[in-house]
Amino acid sequence: MERKHTISVLVENEFGVLARVAGLFSSKGYNIDSLSVSETIDPTLSRMTIVTHGSDQIVEQIIKQLNKLVNVITVEDLTRERHITCELCLVKVRIEHKADVLKAAEKLRARILENNSHAIVLEITGDEDDLHKAFEALKPFGIMEVVRTGMIAIQRGEHVLVEGKGK
Amino acid sequence: MNQMMLAEAPAKMTGAQIFLRTIHDLGVDTIFGYPGGVLLYVYDEIFKQDKIKHILVRHEQGATHMADGYARVTGRPGVVLATSGPGATNTVTGLATAMMDSVPMVCFTGQVPVQLIGNDAFQEADIVGITRPCTKHNYLVKDANDLERIIHQAFYIASSGRPGPVLVDIPKDVTLATAEYKGIKQVTMRGYKPQVVPAAGPMEEAVELIYQSKRPVLYMGGGIVASNASDLVRQFAEKLRLPVGITLMGLGGFPGAHDLSMGMIGMHGGYWANMAMNNADLLIALGPRFDDRVTGDLKKFAVKAKKIHLDIDASSIGKNVAVDVALVGDAKQVLEKLLKIVDKDPERARAFRESITSWHDQIKRWRDEHPIYYPQDMNGVLRPQYVIQSIYDITGGDCIVTTDVGQHQMWTAQIFPFNKPRRWCTSGGLGTMGYGLPAALGAQVAHPDETVFCISGDGSIQMNIQELATAVQFKLPVKTAILNNFYLGMVRQWQEYFYGHRYSNSDLEAGMPDFVKLAEAYGAVGFLCNKPKDVEPILRESLKVKKPVLIDFQVAKEENVLPMVPAGKALDDMLLA
Repeated sequence: MERKHTISVLVENEFGVLARVAGLFSSKGYNIDSLSVSETIDPTLSRMTIVTHGSDQIVEQIIKQLNKLVNVITVEDLTRERHITCELCLVKVRIEHKADVLKAAEKLRARILENNSHAIVLEITGDEDDLHKAFEALKPFGIMEVVRTGMIAIQRGEHVLVEGKGK
Repeated sequence: MNQMMLAEAPAKMTGAQIFLRTIHDLGVDTIFGYPGGVLLYVYDEIFKQDKIKHILVRHEQGATHMADGYARVTGRPGVVLATSGPGATNTVTGLATAMMDSVPMVCFTGQVPVQLIGNDAFQEADIVGITRPCTKHNYLVKDANDLERIIHQAFYIASSGRPGPVLVDIPKDVTLATAEYKGIKQVTMRGYKPQVVPAAGPMEEAVELIYQSKRPVLYMGGGIVASNASDLVRQFAEKLRLPVGITLMGLGGFPGAHDLSMGMIGMHGGYWANMAMNNADLLIALGPRFDDRVTGDLKKFAVKAKKIHLDIDASSIGKNVAVDVALVGDAKQVLEKLLKIVDKDPERARAFRESITSWHDQIKRWRDEHPIYYPQDMNGVLRPQYVIQSIYDITGGDCIVTTDVGQHQMWTAQIFPFNKPRRWCTSGGLGTMGYGLPAALGAQVAHPDETVFCISGDGSIQMNIQELATAVQFKLPVKTAILNNFYLGMVRQWQEYFYGHRYSNSDLEAGMPDFVKLAEAYGAVGFLCNKPKDVEPILRESLKVKKPVLIDFQVAKEENVLPMVPAGKALDDMLLA
């Protein structure tokens, strides 16, 4: 049975690492639903959050293959743990129904980043469900453009992604 | 002796000097290479020293296969040096070959100066990008200060865990820049720590599964050879009297002439061996990877068997076939511990050996029903199998054998009993035609006093024939036996069986060179042999000649490799002779 998995990966912060990870997914035919990557507090490390889907066997292979990459330090399938996911998106909306848009924005707890005679730009954060609901609420007013960061995720409780686990 | 090689660390050196000094520190005695514009500082340093031998190849693909042959027979990483652009892209096939067969190799490529990278400079290629999927890891060295550390890391990665090729791309300006040579002794990497020591629990469980089995088969792969665990596998098989089925890559890892050996398994494995695999109630898989050429139709593969799988690469386990017990670790360490568990209770082992007698009887019946068969009565027709048998008989098996890819490769695997590890080089995973001759040269460089045979085909040999020049230049007396049927024999065989005898583009007769003249043109020795009675005298003569020899064995044109499991069929669904 195919399931969605959120995988966190600590990698060495070097050029080419993203290409190795992306190349692994494309060469083995694995799916990437979203991928986000950025430096951590330790500047020698980057953290990736990869959302993928596949059968248990495929996801097990994905994790093992990621672990084989020399620049990959830790891999964890957060789907197995209690975790929080979050994504940020920017939505540009038409101004024709400005009052309604601003009302909706308040309801959605969106930040208003731009509000002028050309467009309204909203910043919305939340999990996949929250974003979906936001798009549905804004669609009637005319969404001009959407840009999303991709999902990021963190474990609940005291657990943190540390160097060495799973290698 | 050049000063650079004697200098005590720390010392200021150019990148080119650090390169040579560091590989010398790592025990490298031979480079297989070919010069080019961006490598001239490196070649200038090679010129000035005599510690490291440089074998000048005639094509960079040849260099990679030579390094591969060198690595397979010694267990040490083979070293390649190729220039930027086309020199680098020519290494790709050899890297992919080494990757598929887990062969340790370090390939150094020259690159255009750092400032020119990305500018489509003359002889520029993004070789790090190109080789990412066919290397275990690769590097672009942008600063001479990183060079020494990266070279140490490259060798460590290539030769540890599941071995494989590593590429190091060095821009020209980095070879000229000065940096401090530090005399690094060892390296650690945050993201690379191969698991060699196995967990204890699964090993107890594995031995228990063996004792519960009634029809066990030890399914042995190339991991045993890579881990130098042959002696331990032999002890293990003998103590439990396990019949052993061997993959193409595992040949020699268990003695082929041993009573317990069932020879090769898989698409062209023996009938008895494949029947044993598919009727087993337990497969003890030691270092294979459940390749499709072994399993046939996965849905019908060894369905009655529980499976124990030992591999140092966790991703090999459960990749194609679900297993009951996973043993992740170095084969040598795992087998040492398994043997200890078995030795704790010799009485139980003895009882087990006796309990599987009827299973051995069954395997013997299968073997008697359909042995590997080729007609002995030849009526003057030279059969390819006879040539291979004769090479074994005349050398007493005491030689290193390389092959190319196709029918000759499968016949060699079926007929030649490899009794020792690291005496057999063949491209198993990638199936690279043109591998055999350069691999034989690499093996001969590593073992100058051994007899090295390259068993090839008329198609394959023409793919890297230019390396005869390397053989002659470096006085490498490799014996190449071409089993010449004037066809791409394996392609023709498939076309005969599965494509209505339509021999589309598999006939090589038009344009077939005169191999004797070709050998002579290079300064090697050529023989033509087309009669069974001439095989032995010609082979004996070729062994006396201290030069490279090319023998054109013109054999029966439409001989087939049997048994054969057609692609996608179940392992016990074989075409038989």
